Amino acid sequence: MAARKPKLAVWKFSSCDGCQLNLLDCEDELLAIADSIEIAEFLEATRAQVRGPYDVSLVEGSISNDHDAERLRKIRKQSKLVIAIGACATGGGIQALRNGRDVDEFVRTVYAHPEFIDTLATSTPITDHIPVDFELRGCPVSKYQLLEVVSALLAGRQPRVPRHSECLECKMRGTVCVMVARGQPCLGPVTQAGCGNLCPSVERGCYGCFGPKESPNTASLADRFLATGSQRRRVREMFQSFNAAAPAFAKEAERHEPR
Amino acid sequence: MSRVETRNPDRDAPGRVIKVDALARVEGEGALYVRVRDDLIEDVKFRIFEPPRFFEALLRGRPYSDAPDITARICGICPIAYMLGASRAMEDALGVVLDAPLEDLRRLIYCGEWIESHVLHAAMLHAPDFLGMPDAFAFAKANPDAVKAALRLKKLGNTILEAVGGRAVHPVNLAVGGFYRAPKKHELQALLPEIEFGIEASATLAKAFAGFDFPDFDYDYTCVSMRSDKAYAIEEGRLVSNRGLDIPVAAFPDHFFEEHVAHSNALHGRMRDGSPYLVGPIARYNNNAGQLSPAARDLAREIGLGATVTNPFKSILVRMVETFHACEESLRIVAGYEEPERARMPIEPRAGKGSGVTEAPRGICWHSYELDDEGRIVGATIVPPTSQNQPQIEADLAGVIARNLDLDDEALKWRCEQTIRNYDPCISCATHFLDLTVDRV
Repeated sequence: MAARKPKLAVWKFSSCDGCQLNLLDCEDELLAIADSIEIAEFLEATRAQVRGPYDVSLVEGSISNDHDAERLRKIRKQSKLVIAIGACATGGGIQALRNGRDVDEFVRTVYAHPEFIDTLATSTPITDHIPVDFELRGCPVSKYQLLEVVSALLAGRQPRVPRHSECLECKMRGTVCVMVARGQPCLGPVTQAGCGNLCPSVERGCYGCFGPKESPNTASLADRFLATGSQRRRVREMFQSFNAAAPAFAKEAERHEPR
Repeated sequence: MSRVETRNPDRDAPGRVIKVDALARVEGEGALYVRVRDDLIEDVKFRIFEPPRFFEALLRGRPYSDAPDITARICGICPIAYMLGASRAMEDALGVVLDAPLEDLRRLIYCGEWIESHVLHAAMLHAPDFLGMPDAFAFAKANPDAVKAALRLKKLGNTILEAVGGRAVHPVNLAVGGFYRAPKKHELQALLPEIEFGIEASATLAKAFAGFDFPDFDYDYTCVSMRSDKAYAIEEGRLVSNRGLDIPVAAFPDHFFEEHVAHSNALHGRMRDGSPYLVGPIARYNNNAGQLSPAARDLAREIGLGATVTNPFKSILVRMVETFHACEESLRIVAGYEEPERARMPIEPRAGKGSGVTEAPRGICWHSYELDDEGRIVGATIVPPTSQNQPQIEADLAGVIARNLDLDDEALKWRCEQTIRNYDPCISCATHFLDLTVDRV
């Protein structure tokens, strides 16, 4: 008799659905995936549900209300492995731009009846709430990295996901440096690789959607931006985008707050 | 079935809004409450619990050029709708007009998004409802050829997005004023064989889906869409309805408004007189079918679509006709593509106000921004198709439930999910596990 298929669950918190969509975007692999694992919970794809516990839970999105924080803790209890997928889950997402700001004023700006809205003052990554077994970066994640991480963890091996910088990707591919050749600010030196060298390939500076690399020297890069003509405000904004709550980027942005 | 009790203690009070309590949220992000008295539907409330993300507030202070990349993150399934709506609005505010070849490239990448989103929606999320199956994986076991063709067709949409935009979800190559880098001619030419396949496959799938059993329900919709003098409107045009409305993009707020109701985190779009209206494939088809290609019109006729569609369950067929049309458009644009002289128009930041609209796969998506003299955003308003369709979805649900009260709760729940999926995979991802409460008073 065949071994029991591993049970996979996909969970959504505050997000755009783009990371879990990458699973459905594995057009060539999708039917094979569905054959080799049991999809126990994946609201974007199926109305069928199988009770936990789960072998792997993929968690997309950030935590922005108490109810979601509680739901997340229950998922952790029911899951052998939890993989946080994407910039919302690993770095708070674009919605973390509210952190440190007047959220009541945000609510009043967007909604006619602020009293109907239940929200926390912050949008925070999954690891602020529960321990996770792997954090997969990207806004959105790369579908190839997603497949690699799920297969590796199910096989009990370490996923092969590079931790070096996006800057190194340009060197390996021979992409012309946009900072040197065009004088454009680029977050490549402090951003983790994995997107596939996208922005520099279209002659544009990296905007950091894969979040900070290990031990990034953000201060040195920011000083370089300032020395080559970027306004301090713009330097702050560059670190305040899709991974605004990732500590290395949040700290660098803080350094450029007006005093 | 799991049932969450959300009885309104004050239910006889007319107009009373039922509170969304924590219990009702336990299993997902969507719930439906229905109150029936003596076989008459007294109340239908469709709730969305997606936590607010405050895009319109967090855009303030950012430069105009950040808007496409930031607003893309509203939806991973239709980022182009947000990127191009924001770009159009900024170009309106800044007095920028794109060179014709750049407009063609925008239409091409939008066709990619229509193909990807429509095929995901129709084949992977909606078709299983008609077959009594839980998902496309079961559909694939019963009919592997159809699902494999659908996946290959969906992949074509993503390949077009990658060829023009650099990435399928949240492309990186779109800017206010055009593109960072224009695709090379050979990069687009490489798409041609797969586009030829797409034309054939979309017609085959349309004909297969035409054999479904469509639930009996019709509605006299107020259909709102864009219209262009040049083509079946996608990325450019004014706003029209089948009731004689014909207005410039900037006049949208004079005729439509968004209401904040207690029972849902999605705003509800209505006409100024309070009535619901329909946006999306059926609205576009009913307003502009005459501008579809001759072959697309033949396909529509062959699969039984008349001059107008009034059964919302047939939206799946309109999606496939639009997919076919988008494949034909892609072929035309790619075949005639020459690399443009410049990828992006020059822009001088200045103060101003601008609005822009495009046809997202699910319907018109309207943006409006005000800029200061450095080109930084002072105010932003975004009206997505999902919120515009909310009141119409509730009206459809009331009608569908009224005709199906003899169904047991599980079958009725599924029929309601199918009704919601007539509109939106975004909502349906919140409602694949719909908590249905039928209060039979």
